[in-house]
Amino acid sequence: MLNQVNQYSLELKDVSCAFATHGIEDSYIAVKDISLQIKEGEFVSIVGPTGCGKSTLLNVAAGLLEPSKGQILSFDKPLKGINSRAGYMFQSDALMPWCNARDNVAMGLKFRKFSAKELNEMTEEWLRRVGMNGFGDRYPHQLSGGMRKRIALAQTLALDPDIILMDEPFSALDIQTRQLMENEVLALCSGNATKPGKSILFITHDLDEAIAMSDRVLILSAGPGSKIIGEFNIDLPKPRDVAEIRNQPRFYELYQAIWTLLRNEVLKSYELQKQANKYNGPGV
Amino acid sequence: MKLSRLNIYLRLFQLLLLLALIAIWHIASRSIQAAFFIGEPLIVFSRLVDWLYIECDVYIHLGVTLLETLLAFVIGTTSGLLFGLWLGLSPRTALVLDPFIKAINSMPRVILAPIFCVWFGLGIWSKVALAITLVFFIVFFNVYQGVKEVSPVILANAKMLGANSRQLLRYVYLPSATSWVFSSLHTAVGLAFVGAVVGEYLGSARGVGYLILQAEGTFDINSVIAGIILLTICALILDGLVGVVEKKLLIWQPKLSQTEKI
Repeated sequence: MLNQVNQYSLELKDVSCAFATHGIEDSYIAVKDISLQIKEGEFVSIVGPTGCGKSTLLNVAAGLLEPSKGQILSFDKPLKGINSRAGYMFQSDALMPWCNARDNVAMGLKFRKFSAKELNEMTEEWLRRVGMNGFGDRYPHQLSGGMRKRIALAQTLALDPDIILMDEPFSALDIQTRQLMENEVLALCSGNATKPGKSILFITHDLDEAIAMSDRVLILSAGPGSKIIGEFNIDLPKPRDVAEIRNQPRFYELYQAIWTLLRNEVLKSYELQKQANKYNGPGV
Repeated sequence: MKLSRLNIYLRLFQLLLLLALIAIWHIASRSIQAAFFIGEPLIVFSRLVDWLYIECDVYIHLGVTLLETLLAFVIGTTSGLLFGLWLGLSPRTALVLDPFIKAINSMPRVILAPIFCVWFGLGIWSKVALAITLVFFIVFFNVYQGVKEVSPVILANAKMLGANSRQLLRYVYLPSATSWVFSSLHTAVGLAFVGAVVGEYLGSARGVGYLILQAEGTFDINSVIAGIILLTICALILDGLVGVVEKKLLIWQPKLSQTEKI
């Protein structure tokens, strides 16, 4: 039992990522010496100004991107290649347009060689759980943005991953759909008496979203060479309703505390962008 | 599906235009000198009827040409697809082969016909080989492009869902390349026909190309035109078939107007 106490679902140790930039001598350092740990069942959000390397961190945790330096551990094992215990929800549409909703949900199960019967049962079950039963035969282009996100969520959760990586998954949705989806994620990923919840690493630029959903919020500084400059425990009661929790005084306090820290970084990143635009002409 | 009013008018005008063109042709061919060069629609028509219904001797030629076309189409498309997938997935090989592919593609490949005649004889295979060289590159370049332009997000998603490289090929690269293949298939059908007929024209004992060559030898312009019309109709039918298959297989692609009539 002792080793379980120390076990993190995901641990990044001194991770740095540098990218070769075309035509420029120095490589661009996106993130520098970042260490973070996610406990089992913990919901951790990373917020930061645009271009601070949030998505880079997530790709490193997923095993899609190898860090220039540092180590990634997933359940105490060094990560090699794709993180097979993690599911990933992408910011943009990642559904396969040539498969209907049902086949998209079943895709991951198909890759893992489930029997046809199991596969069908689990697919229908997950379509039902995300409220998309009856839409199984539709192709992604026939679904609304919110529906596509539901299918993507079912696709990811059907594999029952221990860790879920989310890269601003709801940023393209309108506010009402977004809050519905956020509540749904909280309900589907929280644990119960028999099973611990999912460990979630959530990337967002929306502070409201981060505070309402997370157990812990990490603040990333403006790039290049982003670092973690703040960490806040969100001690709001659970289970939460993301729409209602915003009315609590404690939510407001946390928001103020985090925003004070974040604002400087946002301004810094804005200044950097403005300078870059001065030299390169107006940005698009 | 009900034809809309607009559609009916459109078809009517197209039919009228066709009839008008034939009428002009007919009037122009009243002069005997002109008829020698442009043929006469009535005789062309009767030649077609003769071939198809009365003497029934055109079927063997048509069958040979269609067989060559289909063989070239199937072999050329399949090999183009496989080769395109291979090079698309192994960029290093692609880099090595790049100048060779460019050279072969820019070569006027019809000129290979005599060589193929020497290699494969005067039977159907020399024509099939010629047509394959035309079809292959069209499909190959499209698949190659298609593989290179697979959405990186969809690829990353499939990897995260646990796809191995074989599954990536089967569930991501192939379906993604399919739409590119189909955009090339319409051209490919046409070119398969061109290859087959040109091959026959340059040396053969059967086929519509041979028929046209024979007619030309005796200055029988009406038979030449009848042969051309026959080939055009066959090419249109094949193109239509490709369209039908395309509609079935690419059902997932969004159309411009998605609303349905209730």
